[in-house]
Amino acid sequence: MDVAIIGLGMHPFGRTDGVSGLEQGAYAARKALEDAGVDWSDMQFAYGGSAAAGNADALVSKLGLTGLQFINVANGCATGGSALQSAYMAIQSGMFDIGMAVGFDKHPRGAFTVDPEASGLGKWYGDIGMALTPQFFGMKIQRYMHEFGISEDALVRVAVKNYRNGVLNPNAWRKKAFSYEDVATSDMVADPLRKYMFCSPAEGGCAMILCRADKARQYTSKPVFLKAVSVKTRNFGSFEVFTQAQALNRADAPTMKASKAAFEFAGIGPEDIDVAQLQDTESGAEIMHMAENGFCKDGEQEKWLREGYTEINGKLPVNTDGGCLANGEPIGASGLRQVHEIALQLRGDAGARQVPNQPKTGYTHVYGAPGLSGVTILSR
Amino acid sequence: MAINVANSEPIAEGLFTWPSNDPRLLGSKCNNCGVVVFPAQSSCPACSSTSTETIELERKGKLWTYTIQCFLPNRPPYEGPETPATFKPFGVGYVELPDQTRVEARIKTNDVSKLKIGMDMELVVEKFMERNGKDVVAFFFQPADELN
Repeated sequence: MDVAIIGLGMHPFGRTDGVSGLEQGAYAARKALEDAGVDWSDMQFAYGGSAAAGNADALVSKLGLTGLQFINVANGCATGGSALQSAYMAIQSGMFDIGMAVGFDKHPRGAFTVDPEASGLGKWYGDIGMALTPQFFGMKIQRYMHEFGISEDALVRVAVKNYRNGVLNPNAWRKKAFSYEDVATSDMVADPLRKYMFCSPAEGGCAMILCRADKARQYTSKPVFLKAVSVKTRNFGSFEVFTQAQALNRADAPTMKASKAAFEFAGIGPEDIDVAQLQDTESGAEIMHMAENGFCKDGEQEKWLREGYTEINGKLPVNTDGGCLANGEPIGASGLRQVHEIALQLRGDAGARQVPNQPKTGYTHVYGAPGLSGVTILSR
Repeated sequence: MAINVANSEPIAEGLFTWPSNDPRLLGSKCNNCGVVVFPAQSSCPACSSTSTETIELERKGKLWTYTIQCFLPNRPPYEGPETPATFKPFGVGYVELPDQTRVEARIKTNDVSKLKIGMDMELVVEKFMERNGKDVVAFFFQPADELN
């Protein structure tokens, strides 16, 4: 059973004082229902996630106590992607015809606070100052730059591009373009990564309605089909966040495995993708994920960025809505935002940031601690 | 910082030999596949075997990658002694111990700007903070050229 996305809803990302995370989730859910032309009472199931704004299933008290199957999803930064994958399986299995994937969050300001013991680490790891995700991002790209000749220039270009795209996105948090110099001279956070190369924890909500593909046109003239969904966790030897010791023999990253599985399932390759969302927790992540997802070879990113291949009018536009950099990261909603953007692009509804030439096939990739990736391939 | 060994405790039990004049990190080696991990654990994350033995790790290695932590980490969980006024950026990196594993550690150095991938590093165990009237000692790696 193929699966279609027939409704999209979003509460703008950023900071919305006075509105709870749950209310932002309910707003996004109502928008998605309206977009699909269905009612909450039509939903046979929902999968939802929130990391810091309460249990997602509390949404039923806002949307209506209809008795549907509602399952909470918690999977780090990949929570949204995991909610979508669960919804996909619920329909693909034939168990349900129509339902919702939803996520929302509202994080305090500043870097994410990590509880080392909840991640299976010793308390000492936090005591001594190593339970910080920016350190991992800094160390991973530092090594990558050393091995593949990536320069600081590439890090700056990614950030400048994503903030520039954010200006074109009414739902983005950061709607301010930063100059090359702004980014290149911002404070160092975790060498070689600077302040404006990082996304921040944020707020927001995102929801989508999924249904059996053979029923999609009852609801919309512009369904978007999920051609593949894949979630993979780390293998022994991949270089992941909060790894106290790394194996000498490097294994493929979970992103590489999720990407390969998704392309195989969809029966297409990276060259068939017209527009992509790649997890850009920071500039370095987008660069490495370009290669880990199979779009270019290690080291080719220098040229890709210099020549503008990943710009909105380039050969593979990446993070057309501004990515995590311009939208911030409300964990529960972030992975769904990526799918929301690709679905808009494929529908031709992306407004000022619409990719030209009617893109047909799109791709999303989310990465989360402690080392998992979720990939989707979508087409119209 | 000088350590009063009698009035000291390790930041966690089982990470390194202590008290000792020549402290070593304690890892474990899988009796089935030979993979070495740190900290020591009773099962193998590579082959799922539940037969491992605790071993002392090499003291010397090479810096495989690093970063510089430029802001004071959040408390909790951080317990370092600095204040916003006294905080100085510190290094964190992975040190490759020959034929064993790459250990993540804080880097002790006089000059973070001189850190470089491939440089020779050595284990040091030093006072990190005080807790309940005792010196809490932790492990660090330091550039070898600062020690010799």
